[in-house]
Amino acid sequence: MDELTGYFLYFLSLLTVGGIYAIIALGLNVQWGFAGLFNVGIAGFVAVGAYTYALLTTANSTFHYGGLELPLAVGAFAAMITSGLVAGIVGLICIRLRSDYLAIATIGIAEIIKLILKNETDVTNGPRGINKIPRAWEHLTEERFYTNAPMTWIADATTWQSFFASLPRWWWQPMFALTVLVSLYIIYRALEQARVSPWGRMMTAIREREPAARAAGKNVTNRRIEAFIVGAVIMGFAGALFAQHLRLIDPTNTFDPAKMTFLVWVMLIIGGSGNNRGAMLGGFLIWFIWSASELVINGGIDLFRTFFTTVDVGILRTRAGFLRMLLIGLALQFILQRYPNGILPEARPAASGNPKK
Amino acid sequence: MTTSAAQPILEIKNLHAGYGQSEILHGLNMSVFDNEIVAIIGPNGAGKSTAMKSILGLLTISQGDVLLKGEAVTNTPANQVITKGIAYVPQTDNVFVNLSVQENLEMGAWTRATGIQEKLNQMYELFPDLKQKRKQAAGSLSGGQRQMVAMGKALMIDSDVLLLDEPTAGLSPKYRAQIFTIIRDIRDSGIPIMIVEQNAKQALGSADRGYVMVDGGNRHEGTGTELIENREVARMFLGGRE
Amino acid sequence: MWESFGFEFFNFYFIPGLVLGCIYALGAIGITLTFGILRFANFAHGEVMMTGTYLTWTFSMVFATMFGISLHPLLAAIPAIPATILLALFIDRYFYKPFRKSATIMVVIASFGMMLVVRSLVQVIWGPNQIVFVKGIAKPNEAVRDFTSSFDMMLLIPNKHFWIVAGTIIIMGLLVYLLGYTRIGKAMRAVSDSPDLANVTGIDVDYVMRATWIVGATCALAAGVFLSMDTQVLETTMGFRMLLPMFAAAILGGIGRPFGAVFGGLVIGLAEELSAYPWIGDTPLLSPGYKTGVAFAIMVFMLIVRPSGLFKGRTF
Repeated sequence: MDELTGYFLYFLSLLTVGGIYAIIALGLNVQWGFAGLFNVGIAGFVAVGAYTYALLTTANSTFHYGGLELPLAVGAFAAMITSGLVAGIVGLICIRLRSDYLAIATIGIAEIIKLILKNETDVTNGPRGINKIPRAWEHLTEERFYTNAPMTWIADATTWQSFFASLPRWWWQPMFALTVLVSLYIIYRALEQARVSPWGRMMTAIREREPAARAAGKNVTNRRIEAFIVGAVIMGFAGALFAQHLRLIDPTNTFDPAKMTFLVWVMLIIGGSGNNRGAMLGGFLIWFIWSASELVINGGIDLFRTFFTTVDVGILRTRAGFLRMLLIGLALQFILQRYPNGILPEARPAASGNPKK
Repeated sequence: MTTSAAQPILEIKNLHAGYGQSEILHGLNMSVFDNEIVAIIGPNGAGKSTAMKSILGLLTISQGDVLLKGEAVTNTPANQVITKGIAYVPQTDNVFVNLSVQENLEMGAWTRATGIQEKLNQMYELFPDLKQKRKQAAGSLSGGQRQMVAMGKALMIDSDVLLLDEPTAGLSPKYRAQIFTIIRDIRDSGIPIMIVEQNAKQALGSADRGYVMVDGGNRHEGTGTELIENREVARMFLGGRE
Repeated sequence: MWESFGFEFFNFYFIPGLVLGCIYALGAIGITLTFGILRFANFAHGEVMMTGTYLTWTFSMVFATMFGISLHPLLAAIPAIPATILLALFIDRYFYKPFRKSATIMVVIASFGMMLVVRSLVQVIWGPNQIVFVKGIAKPNEAVRDFTSSFDMMLLIPNKHFWIVAGTIIIMGLLVYLLGYTRIGKAMRAVSDSPDLANVTGIDVDYVMRATWIVGATCALAAGVFLSMDTQVLETTMGFRMLLPMFAAAILGGIGRPFGAVFGGLVIGLAEELSAYPWIGDTPLLSPGYKTGVAFAIMVFMLIVRPSGLFKGRTF
């Protein structure tokens, strides 16, 4: 029974993290699929959202600012705002740049964000990061929550305590997964509405026939900044969710661009850029592959070890991790060359594969 | 008409060409024989420059042939067509702006194995202005001088035919006259020339023969004089006078 | 005066900045040439630099095992040159060339992907841990120290810094010769001006592009070897760390202007090190943790104010 629970929980975690990545991919799709903006600083925006959420919702701590203990929803909302603000500033400066330059600029932005998070130790606890981040649903089991309003309106603290003791340890996991998936769904619906709205159609016109759009008087720059901000807002929200999932974030390892930014791009390209469903498909698919490959490789190493008992498994494990990245990277190259439109092609022509302008 | 017993140096036969799906040239036919200047004139959008570019392999030729001294060079990539003996001066973007005049000429001689210094001397004789400015960046020259660099660059190889795309576009009358004189000198030195020109009158005045293109196809053909005297051509280009 | 200002300034800020600037300069050359001739920002450039440096170390290890002699990095770099060149050409042939006729963004995404592929490959083969390349602490050159002491100054410059600056000057000289006096160098400049015109002039543009990769890879290897001589270690992150400053240097100097890139590299290297100097009061002007942000700030400034760079390179 426990084993089944184990599989169930693993599957839930796949859905949860896959869902968070799917949300980030949706955000990227707004920037890239809608507006053709090559954002290579994804990890930075996610980090901004995560840290905002963390700082606003964690309990008082001598190591970092905050201790405001604001409600989780407020934290998540604030995460969206700060991420959007950063995007707004960046956008005003950089949006006019050609794609290569924008890519370099966004990498730089992500670096700067990381530097700030690392160096302003008074605020963020520097490289050591912030922990004990309240996780939705699980947070209810924490003393500081059930001893205060609004939970005390429903029952008193001791009742809550025994209630939670009676639940299985992992009761909050399906709830959290559900929260992520519901959020994903809401964002997806909102973006689909936006896509067919006049705003969405204008974005398509700008992306495909920019000179004509400009001539028609459309303010291309502003529309692009808008798309950039919207995408970043979504990424910030995902950051808040991510912080909840991990409960501990740090500036260097959690938001490693080599992993996060790259994986999201792989997700969008393979899933189908320009297509919201493609973004979500890519998110789940690539995350499943990424997770599963870890299991497969670890299993393979264990198998290997039964034959070659003197082998240092530790080294193999770390190297295997990089092998995963290598294979995913090569897969991306393959897809880029053969199927640049991804699995789910865009409803209208995507930006890839067009003749050189 | 010229005696057609001689084989044309350059020939376009029933050429259908275009960019991607759209076809621009519909069954074009042209020839350039030895020792002549052939002018291609026609209204805007007739496909004159496109015809030249298709000789260079810069467009996809779906049907028909381009023959250089009888050998088919259809769809040969541009840098190889040059090796085979066709020299080309595009209308715009025809000098390397950050290279000096001399370096431009040296680049023109890229496909040449020997005799570069000799050719350089010849070019400086043909274009004395350039000798003075040979260390200057080509982009800093005036329009007329730049055109000379462009032509000199193309002449650095001993090509069988020279293609000029609107060599006098945007130039002052003084330079225009100079260019046409040089073109006639080049023909007399043994290199036939095909020239696309917007200024029909001047082109036909210097040319031995001409083709009038309309809508991607042939319309009229004849010697310079014949075309000048042609009513319809006159109406199209020459101000309606007969 | 020297005691209070000069000594510290020159030895601990200026000269390190110059050395770092040389490294940035060499790396930026490849970036700007690729940008100018192949017309895209090559994100994998730093990783090629890193791989070449790892190969250098490997050669020196192999040599030491076979002959018991420990080679100086500069010597071990010699066999690494063709290896790095082959790597760059291989990447272009199989991962960038397919996109020659597509929209630029495709090859940029491909190069971003190659950045990860190459780095992961190195991590699989050599592991992610830091490798010590040159053991021991580099002591200042005694001759220079004693010489300058006689003038009441004292310059403490370790030998490795002399090698790096001298090496950079030599490579600069070779580059001047290549671009100004050789046929292929002039062709590279021609293609940088206009690939279309080069094509109809009879120049084999593919050949020129391969030459560009060769020159860029060699300069990148030099940058990487110099960097590892300076820091005395190898890390798989060294490529990515250098990428932003190299791009910044190329943009500062003007895209497609190799000597602009050199100038840009020196400026950024110096700015980065000098930013930590206590210009006003006792504390560093910029907290050292933000050093790497200096390059970025300069780059953004240029992109807003003068995107064509100081020496009027290409604007896209």
